[in-house]
Amino acid sequence: MLLIDCPFCGPRAEIEFRCGGESHIQRPGPHTEVSDAEWADYLYNRENPKGEHRERWFHAAGCRRWFNAARDTVTHRFRVTYKMGEACPEAGESAVSEAAPGAVAGGVI
Amino acid sequence: MSGWRLKAAGRVDRGARISFTWAGRTLHGHPGDTLASALMANGVSIVGRSFKYHRPRGLLAAGLEEPNAIVQLETGAVAVPNVKATQIELYEGLVANPVNAKPSAEFDLLAANSMFKRFIPAAFYYKTFMWPNWHWFEPAIRKAAGLGNAPEGVDPDSYDHRFAHTDIMVVGSGAAGLAAAIVAAKGGEKVLLVEADAELGGGLLAEPSEIEGLTAIAWRDRMLAALSGMPNVTVMNRTMAFGFYDHQLVGLCERMTDHLPPHQRSGPRQRLWKVRAKRAILATGAFERPMAFARNDLPGVMLASAAQTYALRYGVAPGRRIVVATNNDSAYQAAFALHDAGVGIAAIVDSRARGGDAIAGAAARGIRTIMDSAPVKAKGRRRVGGVVVAAVADGKASESIACDIVLMSNGWNPAVHLHSQSGGSLAFNSSLEAFLPSKSVQAAVNVGAAAGIFDLDAAIASGRAAGQDDAVAAPLPASVGPTLHFADGDARAGTAWVDFQNDVTAGDVQIAARENFRSVEHLKRYTTLGMASDQGKTSNVTGIHMLSNLLGKAPQAIGTTKFRPPFDPVTIGGFAGRAVGENLMPIAQSAAHASALAAGAKMENYGSWLRPACFPRAGEDEHVAVAREVLAVRGQVGLFDASPLGKIEVKGPDAAEFLQRVYVNGVRNLKVGRCRYGLMLSEHGIIYDDGVFAKIAEDHYLVGTTSGHAAAIADTLQEWLQCEWTDLKVLVENVTTGWAVMNVAGPKARAVLEAIGTEIDLSRDAFPHMAYREGLVGGVPARIQRVSFSGELSYEISVPWNYGRALWDAMIQAGAPHDIVPFGVEALMALRIEKGFLHVGSDTDGTTMPQDVGFGGAVAKKPDDFIGRRSTMTPEGRRVDRRQLVGLETLDTGGAFECGAHILASETKGIGATQGWVTSSVQSPTLGRPLAMALIERGTARIGETVQVWDLGKGRPARIVDPRFYDPAGEKLDG
Ligand SMILES: [Zn+2]
Repeated sequence: MLLIDCPFCGPRAEIEFRCGGESHIQRPGPHTEVSDAEWADYLYNRENPKGEHRERWFHAAGCRRWFNAARDTVTHRFRVTYKMGEACPEAGESAVSEAAPGAVAGGVI
Repeated sequence: MSGWRLKAAGRVDRGARISFTWAGRTLHGHPGDTLASALMANGVSIVGRSFKYHRPRGLLAAGLEEPNAIVQLETGAVAVPNVKATQIELYEGLVANPVNAKPSAEFDLLAANSMFKRFIPAAFYYKTFMWPNWHWFEPAIRKAAGLGNAPEGVDPDSYDHRFAHTDIMVVGSGAAGLAAAIVAAKGGEKVLLVEADAELGGGLLAEPSEIEGLTAIAWRDRMLAALSGMPNVTVMNRTMAFGFYDHQLVGLCERMTDHLPPHQRSGPRQRLWKVRAKRAILATGAFERPMAFARNDLPGVMLASAAQTYALRYGVAPGRRIVVATNNDSAYQAAFALHDAGVGIAAIVDSRARGGDAIAGAAARGIRTIMDSAPVKAKGRRRVGGVVVAAVADGKASESIACDIVLMSNGWNPAVHLHSQSGGSLAFNSSLEAFLPSKSVQAAVNVGAAAGIFDLDAAIASGRAAGQDDAVAAPLPASVGPTLHFADGDARAGTAWVDFQNDVTAGDVQIAARENFRSVEHLKRYTTLGMASDQGKTSNVTGIHMLSNLLGKAPQAIGTTKFRPPFDPVTIGGFAGRAVGENLMPIAQSAAHASALAAGAKMENYGSWLRPACFPRAGEDEHVAVAREVLAVRGQVGLFDASPLGKIEVKGPDAAEFLQRVYVNGVRNLKVGRCRYGLMLSEHGIIYDDGVFAKIAEDHYLVGTTSGHAAAIADTLQEWLQCEWTDLKVLVENVTTGWAVMNVAGPKARAVLEAIGTEIDLSRDAFPHMAYREGLVGGVPARIQRVSFSGELSYEISVPWNYGRALWDAMIQAGAPHDIVPFGVEALMALRIEKGFLHVGSDTDGTTMPQDVGFGGAVAKKPDDFIGRRSTMTPEGRRVDRRQLVGLETLDTGGAFECGAHILASETKGIGATQGWVTSSVQSPTLGRPLAMALIERGTARIGETVQVWDLGKGRPARIVDPRFYDPAGEKLDG
């Protein structure tokens, strides 16, 4: 069970959250000008990387707010969590909330 | 062999006696015994039968790695199947039976399997019983190859869940673990020390050597005393760390009452802990490896360390004349302990050319040592009578030694399970022939035997280093002697057991290698090696060695199978915790629940709600009751508790704009005080929900949803606002359970509401259909919507939840002069089918779009985008042969159609291509004939056409019709 650092509540157990999948997906529009291919891409095509994945999470049993996270799909390490609408802080950049030490699963001890 | 009590009692209290029942016999033991040690003390040598071949088996181990002594503990509802006798603390009145033994472990009818052993090798089942059909053979095979029986009845025990956080968790209370905990605690951090055993101390409980000038037990006691004086330390015994999960989470199973007689147990039986530890120190010890020689599964062949534990901890010896076979020094300690306790040691057979330091101890005691040698065959019929020894160099038998016990030690495997589960890697150490923990990826460190550090002083040093977060030194150089492998094809390999619990032999491993199942994961699946409830604790690495030897490939390249939690079986009840029975899912009840029950409601579950299905009177079945309720609503007036209807407040300057993007229907032109029916789609264009929304004020809407969807819709609206349309100023709140809703419907509905008394003008012109009003009703602040799912004059009156029952009661009273009748969900469904009203989820499925249910025009008319709109415009959405919702009439006297029955073209003979299916069906009380709704290809254009409804092998004639069966002009809406 992951330990997820909600930007509003701090580190909490995964059972309080729901993952909403890949984040930063732009909804195309207006509907009259979107091609079938663009729409299908928006609905179905996802990155599925081996490595860092930017995804959105909902703190359903907590503050009930959505936020973004950069999580490694191999190590499950959360590099950073950040608020909706914000760009993902690059590695080394000061983030809204760096993952708490207890949440770090990636580093080699 | 026959076990017996030694003079020295070890950790067992000889002053007290415990009676217990084994396989129907009453036996005696002492406090401190396990069932296993007590059985050994009573001379029981056959403790079970093997899984496939029903071979007699004795104790192999003394700990949780035991593969043979699998028992059924207790009977009835408190029975626990498949527990290891080595893990059961003896208590007064304990009842246990061997599993997989019919009628008894001593005499087993299915032991004939054993004679056919050479015909049932690896993958026998795959190869033989696949033709013609595995299912013909399965029942008999399952019966023959099985373990314990499921408990009878519902588990009477309760189980708890706890969460905890700690700075440092130490797993294992042996020398390394205790040393680590003390040092860690001195820094002031929170320390949690967990031990699976009832008694703390791990290997120290059977350790003959001294530590820092004290006996092992005295040293342990000093450590425990120090820990008990530290307020930042928590020590938990009977608590097994069974899993190491992501982000420093360790799962613990605490056994609270299992060690007590059933009648003395109270409170939760077990607690499942989820603990986040900032740092974990794994002092989980090691498992000794057996040797694979012919007939090594005879009762009397044991692990050397197990015999040492039985002797020193439990004061019991397995036999009287013992041969010890080893490839390392540790088994010498077992031999010395037994010898010093008065047990005869016939010889120590050592595969090394020269022994280690311990050989001096053998000489001092006059114990014979046979070097460069290993056992090749155990002799005896039902128990060990001797052992044949061969030279390691050529495998040629050199002598046969009479004995009643063979102890074996083929080296040690660190218990790397938790380390591996945490993501840590393993490296094969060729001098120890074992996989040792290599890199950790979480904040976890291995100490002591778990790290391959078998020397006691070094293990303590490693614990102390880890305790203060220093690096742990590498293990001292040590090596084990060679292993005598049977040549590929040697018939003796077929009786040389590798996996005792799952009956896998060296011969089976050879077959797998020969047939190219050479990946370790394939070896496991093909032979079942390591698959049993012990997950190969005594067998996996031995199997890997053999495969390595057969393939000429290094063990590191072969690797291990994945270590998965749980480390040791955990009761399913522990995982379930309190979430069983009525706690599994909270069931919601209306505020008027008690009044509905008093009115004779027949309650049923609808989603998460318990609701009246109908209100049958004396002598009525459900069918008759529903018909009466429908006719009452049509004829005079009925009362329906609609409280579960979803209610979501949407408020803010952009509320209209937001809902305009949510609904298929237009929202902007709705006036304050008016309601509108709306459809919501998923972004895939599929109908997701429907309901009525009301405009309370310019910036305030009340969104109605179906009863099952309220929470999901509220979440969906939140997601759109927080993630997509972050610029809109709107607040969304689910107030479903804030308001109780009573629906009064029928020609007399207005009269009933007037009788209760309200300040709201109910006249037809002042309060028209699809209007919303607020005001006092019976003195209570209420929201009223004039909406109708029945087609009759109908009001939905919402009052604060706690007034719900009072409003219900007032309605029943005020409606009495008009013969008001309470009606349930089933009557409402009949009423809406008579009107041809859509029910989302019944008349729609995961493919239904708005254009399929008559909303194509509404979509076309709306200029703006809304959720799912673009998906309705795809080639799939524009397909001309889409299934559309229509009505169906029967053309025979066969009664109502079955929901789900398929629609076939009228000319089809027999089974043909489906054109759709029946979605709703009822015998209409009002119209006196069967009515149905169906999704049918091009249905709207085919109204009037005759089709077949295929049901239970017969086609019935039906006509496609307009689904508005009753009052199509809506003349009844005004009462
Ligand atoms: Zn939160």
